[in-house]
Amino acid sequence: MGLSEMFNIGMMQGFAGLSLFSVLLLMGLGLAIIFGQMGVINMAHGEFMTIGAYTVFLGSTMTERLAPGFMPFYFPVAIIVAFVFAFAAGWLVEWSLIRHLYKRPLDTLLATWGLSLGMQQLFRTGIGPKEVSPTLPDWLLGSWAPAAGLDIPINGLFVLGLTALVTGLVMLALYKSRWGLRVRATVSNRPMANAVGINTSKTDRLTFAIGCGIAGVAGAAFTTIGSTGPTSGSLYIVDAFLVVTFGGAASLLGTVASAFGIAQTQSISEFFLSGSMAKVLTLSLIVLILMARPQGLFASKVRR
Amino acid sequence: MNAIKNWIGRTHTGSTLLLAILLLVIFPMVLEPFRLNLVGKYLTYAFVAIGLVMVWGYGGILSLGQGVFFGLGGYAMAMFLKLEASDPISTKIQSTPGIPDFMDWNQLTQLPLLWVPFQSFAFALFAVIAIPTLLAFIISFAMFKRRVGGVYFAIITQAVALILSVLIIGQQGYTGGVNGMTDLKTLLGWDIRTDSARLILYYVCSVLLLASIVLCAWVQRSKLGTLLLAMRDKEDRVRFSGYDVSMFKVAVFCLGAALSGIGGALFALQVGFMSPSFVGIVPSIEMVIYAAVGGRMSLVGAVFGALLVNAGKTLFSESFPDLWLFLMAALFIGVTMIFPEGLAGLVEKKLKPWWRMRMAANKSRAERLNELEMDIDKSAEPVVKSVTSVVKPKMPKIISGQNA
Repeated sequence: MGLSEMFNIGMMQGFAGLSLFSVLLLMGLGLAIIFGQMGVINMAHGEFMTIGAYTVFLGSTMTERLAPGFMPFYFPVAIIVAFVFAFAAGWLVEWSLIRHLYKRPLDTLLATWGLSLGMQQLFRTGIGPKEVSPTLPDWLLGSWAPAAGLDIPINGLFVLGLTALVTGLVMLALYKSRWGLRVRATVSNRPMANAVGINTSKTDRLTFAIGCGIAGVAGAAFTTIGSTGPTSGSLYIVDAFLVVTFGGAASLLGTVASAFGIAQTQSISEFFLSGSMAKVLTLSLIVLILMARPQGLFASKVRR
Repeated sequence: MNAIKNWIGRTHTGSTLLLAILLLVIFPMVLEPFRLNLVGKYLTYAFVAIGLVMVWGYGGILSLGQGVFFGLGGYAMAMFLKLEASDPISTKIQSTPGIPDFMDWNQLTQLPLLWVPFQSFAFALFAVIAIPTLLAFIISFAMFKRRVGGVYFAIITQAVALILSVLIIGQQGYTGGVNGMTDLKTLLGWDIRTDSARLILYYVCSVLLLASIVLCAWVQRSKLGTLLLAMRDKEDRVRFSGYDVSMFKVAVFCLGAALSGIGGALFALQVGFMSPSFVGIVPSIEMVIYAAVGGRMSLVGAVFGALLVNAGKTLFSESFPDLWLFLMAALFIGVTMIFPEGLAGLVEKKLKPWWRMRMAANKSRAERLNELEMDIDKSAEPVVKSVTSVVKPKMPKIISGQNA
C-alpha cells in the first residue's frame, strides 16, 4: 500500500469521524442548551430529533406527490419546518411537564424517559414501525473527489456545513442576543434575574423549545446519512449526554471539542477494532476521564 | 395477643409481616406452578427495587445502572450453571467437548481464563455478591470522593450500563452474545427445571427477599439510615458536622449493588437463562420505575411495585403490546408528577387517614347512640339496632404501609 493510498484512507476515515461529529454535535447543542444551561435532563431529546427526521420525510413525500418540480429545493424548507415542529413540541412539553419539575431534576429524568417511551410508541402506531428515508434531492447525492482515490460524500459535507451554521447561530444567539442575555442571567442567578424584570419562566420555556428545535434540525440532517425509525432517536441519547457532560456542561466550546474528540476516537478505533469494541473503548475512556475530571474538559465555575 | 399487636405497631413490621404471609402462604396456595415461577421472577426484580429504595429514596442517589449489577450477579451464577451443564459427556458432539456450546460456535478451543474460577460453586456464590459490590465501589468511590452526584452520577451509571451491554453482546465467544446463556439445567446435580425445584427456589427467593427487607429496615433505623436521610436533604450540613459524607454514600450504593447481584443470581436460577437484555439502559431505568411505583421510601412498597409493574407488563404485552408502552409512559410521568411517593405514599397519606377518620366517626356515632339509648325508652331499641348494623366497616384494600 502506497503512502498516498494510506493518506486517502486516513482522510476518508477522518471524514467518517467528521460525519459522526456532526450528528453528535447537533444533538449535543440542543442538549447543551437544555441540560447545560437549564439543568434539565431531557431523555426525550432523541425523540425531538426523530420529529425533525419525520418532518423531512413528510416534506419529501408531499413534494414528490404534489409538486415534483420543487424537488431540488424542498430540503432547506423542510429543515426550517423541522425546527418549527420540534420547537412547538418542545414548547408544549415544557408547558405541560417540565415546568412543574424544575426543582426535582432526577424526577425530570424519569418523566422525560416516560415521555420518550410514549413518543416512540406514538411514532410506531402513527407512522409505522418500518424505517423510512426521504427521497433526497440530486445535489445531495454522489461524492466529491478532489484527488484520485479520495471520495468525500456530499451528504456528509452538507451535514458538516449545516452543523457549522447551526453552531455559529447558537453561539451568536447565546452570546449576542437579548434572549441569550436573559438565558445566561437566569442561569447564573434566577432570583436576581427575576428582580431585574426578566420573565424567567418565559425564558425557560423559550430556551427549552429552542433546544428541542435544534434537535429537530439534527434529525433533519440525520436523514441524509441514515434512515429513520421510531427508536432511532434513542440510539444517540446516551452519547449526546456524554458529549455534553464530557465537554463541561455549561460550555458550548467544550461541547464542540468533546463531540470532535469522541467522534474521532470512535471512528479511528473502529478502523482497528470491531464496531462494538470501538464503542466500548470510547465510552470507557470517557467514563474514566470523567471520573478523574468530573467537571469535564472545559470546566464551568459552578460545582454541582 | 395485645403484646404482639403492640410489638408490631412499635417496630412498624406490620406491612413486612403481611408481605411475608402473602409470599410464603397465599401465593404458593393460590397460584399454579407456572404462575408461581413468574412471581418468583418478579421477586428477583424486587431485590433491585429495595436496593433502589435504599440508594435513591434514602441516599438521594439516582442510579440508572442497577441493571449492570443485576446482570453481573446473574452472569456470575449463569457461568457456574453453564459450566455444569456443559460437561464433556453432554457436549461430546462439539469439536471441543467440555466447554459451553456458544464458545464452540465461536471457535474457542479452550475455556477462557476468566471462566476457570467459576467451576467452583463457592466462588460463584462469592462472585454473585463480590463482583457487583466491587464495581459499585469503584464507580461510586471515584464519583462521590470528588463530590459528583445527582444527574451527573445518573448519566455516568447509564454510560456504564451501555458499556457493559455492548461489551457482552460484542464478545460473543466469552459471554454468549445477544442470546446470553441458555440451557441452564442443574445446580450441583439437582435439576432446577422441575416443578418441585422451582417451588423450593421460589421459597429461597422469598425468604432471601424478606431477609433483605429486614436488613434494609435495620439499616434505615440505624445511625447510617438517619445520616443518609440527613445527607439527602442537606449534604453540606452533614459534611460540616464532621462526617465523611462520601463513604456513607459509597456504602449504601454498594449495598444496593449487592442486593441487585443476589436478585440477578436468583433470576438465573429460577428462569434458567441470563441475557444482556437485563443489563442495558432500558431495563435499568425500568427497574427505577418499580421502586417509584411502589414508593421510593418504602421497602415493602417497592416489592409491590416490582410485582405490579411486572404483572402488568406480562398481562399487557401479551395481549395489547401497543397499549403497554403507553401505559408505561403514563406510569413514568404520573408517578413523578402526581404521586412522587408511589403506592406506599398513597396508602400512608390517603388510605390510612381516611380509614382512621372513618373509624373515629363510627366510634363517636356509636357513643352518641349509646347515650341516646340510655335516655330513651326500650321501645326505641329496634331502631338503634338497625342503625348500628349499617355502620359495619368494610376492610380496606391492603397494599402496604411503612413509615418512612
